[in-house]
Amino acid sequence: MKKIVDKKPIIKLKSVCKYYRMGTNIVKAVDNASLEIKEGEFVAIMGPSGSGKSTMMNLIGSLDVPTRGKIFLDGQDISTLSESDLAQIRGKKIGFIFQSFNLINNLTAKENVMVPMMFQGHAPAERDFRATHLMNLVDLKDRMNHSPNELSGGQQQRVAIARSLANSPEVILADEPTGNLDTKTGATVMDFLKDLNEKGKTIIMVTHDPDLAKNHAEVVFWLKDGKIEKVTRKKNGWGEVGKDRLKKLKRYK
Amino acid sequence: MITDFFSLALKNLKHRGIRSWLTLLGIFIGVTAVVSLISLGNGLQLAVASQLGVSSSELITIQAGGLSGYGPPGSNVVDPLTQDDVDAIEKLSSVENAVRRNIDSGKIEFNDNLNFRYVGSLPNNKEDRDLIYTSLNIEILFGRLIKEGDSGKVVLGYNFYDKPEEWGGKSLTPGKTISINDNNFQIIGITDKVGSIIMDNVVVMNENDMEDIFGFGEEADIIIAEPKNKDKIQKTKEDIEKLLRDIRDVREGEEDFEVSTPEASLSTVNSILGGVQIFIAIVAFISVFIGALGIVNTMTTSVLERKKEIGLMKSIGAKNSHIFLQFFVESSLLGLVGGIAGALFGTLVGILGTIGINSFMGTELLPDINFLLISLTLLGSFIIGGISGIVPAMKAAKQNPVEALRG
Repeated sequence: MKKIVDKKPIIKLKSVCKYYRMGTNIVKAVDNASLEIKEGEFVAIMGPSGSGKSTMMNLIGSLDVPTRGKIFLDGQDISTLSESDLAQIRGKKIGFIFQSFNLINNLTAKENVMVPMMFQGHAPAERDFRATHLMNLVDLKDRMNHSPNELSGGQQQRVAIARSLANSPEVILADEPTGNLDTKTGATVMDFLKDLNEKGKTIIMVTHDPDLAKNHAEVVFWLKDGKIEKVTRKKNGWGEVGKDRLKKLKRYK
Repeated sequence: MITDFFSLALKNLKHRGIRSWLTLLGIFIGVTAVVSLISLGNGLQLAVASQLGVSSSELITIQAGGLSGYGPPGSNVVDPLTQDDVDAIEKLSSVENAVRRNIDSGKIEFNDNLNFRYVGSLPNNKEDRDLIYTSLNIEILFGRLIKEGDSGKVVLGYNFYDKPEEWGGKSLTPGKTISINDNNFQIIGITDKVGSIIMDNVVVMNENDMEDIFGFGEEADIIIAEPKNKDKIQKTKEDIEKLLRDIRDVREGEEDFEVSTPEASLSTVNSILGGVQIFIAIVAFISVFIGALGIVNTMTTSVLERKKEIGLMKSIGAKNSHIFLQFFVESSLLGLVGGIAGALFGTLVGILGTIGINSFMGTELLPDINFLLISLTLLGSFIIGGISGIVPAMKAAKQNPVEALRG
């Protein structure tokens, strides 16, 4: 059962700015944004294209460092870390899911899931075991030795979900996870994300689709011109849907 | 950890297109050249030596006019050597013995088949004859060698016996009769295989018989001289050269004759081979250099093509050093693949070349497959691949993750 109380902040942005120089102009992709995401929350970062949500995702995912301001991931200030330290931190604490899946076609589905563990120095046998377990979790155990391009879009995104879980990160960062999928497979993928959230994972989803944001996220940050315009919260929890998912959850135990 | 990058690189290499493999042509050619040259080594030396008629004995060979282009030695010579020259050479204090030889091309008939073969003379004197046998490296296989007073008798080279297809399917063996320039001769012996296309096809007979058929008079095609002291063969050679210059009234450097020692001939062989080796080494070096540039090229392209993959790798926790290693290892393996292909092909060329030399020269050489050298070549191509990959791999490692992810 999902814990509602004692939630500690897992991500905190304090007056974060990210400026780019475009010729003589300075583009303020993220302009003085502050936000806090608590452990176990399902958060959406919402905004039209050009609103700065991609930059925001890169900053939260520690792929990029802010021009100004501070970013705390699990209490640690990551805005001043070296490239190598950043790589280690995102490998360990953040699981990425991309719109275009970004699987490596030269590797099998399972090997794709094993790669993040390799960068953390886990032993091959351990990687293999955990990858098999994760492929089972996303219902793709029978397809795990296939190349990604032999899988459907929905299956590929599920492999990507399994990969994002490889190092048991605290945060899953999903960038338009259903953007390349039809409605039905998109819904399946969202189901998996909801399940993960039920298990206690913090999910941060970046999307331009207001319905997707409102239907799934507890907290929605609305971005416009690099600024957080408003924050909305779902008040009444998940209701009946939650019970359905509880049944599914038994599989994972 | 490093083994992971090897297996990752292997998986990536498996999916590489023909374009990547073509860039390995340079390394492939370079390694093929080196490996085939080495495995052919002694075969090549023997082939060149035999072409120049180098024998292993420590005797001096004198010919007029130097090496003639075609035909038996001594033919097409304006001012031939004579019996007087033989006698003069023999009187030199540093010469133990000098023997005259005549060689000509004879019309040989047997079993209604006609072939042209070299016919060589043997002196009547036993001591002189033994000198010739030594100089020609002749040993008997069947029957016996020519003795004093053997008139109307011949000894044949190994191929007369070994190649019946040249004589209407019949082997020439002792006891049979052949016709040489329309004179009948009895075969009394077959010599053992020498491994030289000339010596295995030669007919030898008593010099009186030879004179009767070919009529040389005083001319000598070749003079074989034995030095008194084998350690001073060079000095003996110089004595003979000086004597012949005086007799023939030519100045030093303008000789119309050639005095050759096995050492000198061997050094000729080695200098020819050395030239070939230097040439092949240069070709190999250039090929490998071009091959290295090819790898730089294909790896740079690969970094650009796989920009998105690099971004992804970084987003799932790859440090710059991981990305560097991945491309560096892949590049090294690329070089190694070129090396392996070259080593295999080079060995094949060495083996086939040796088989070719063996069947052409009648020798039984083995290809010189040097595993240490092959390992070193492979290590070299691995290292060259790695060096070629350094700059592209650094480029890959330095990619900004955000930009790289955009592809």
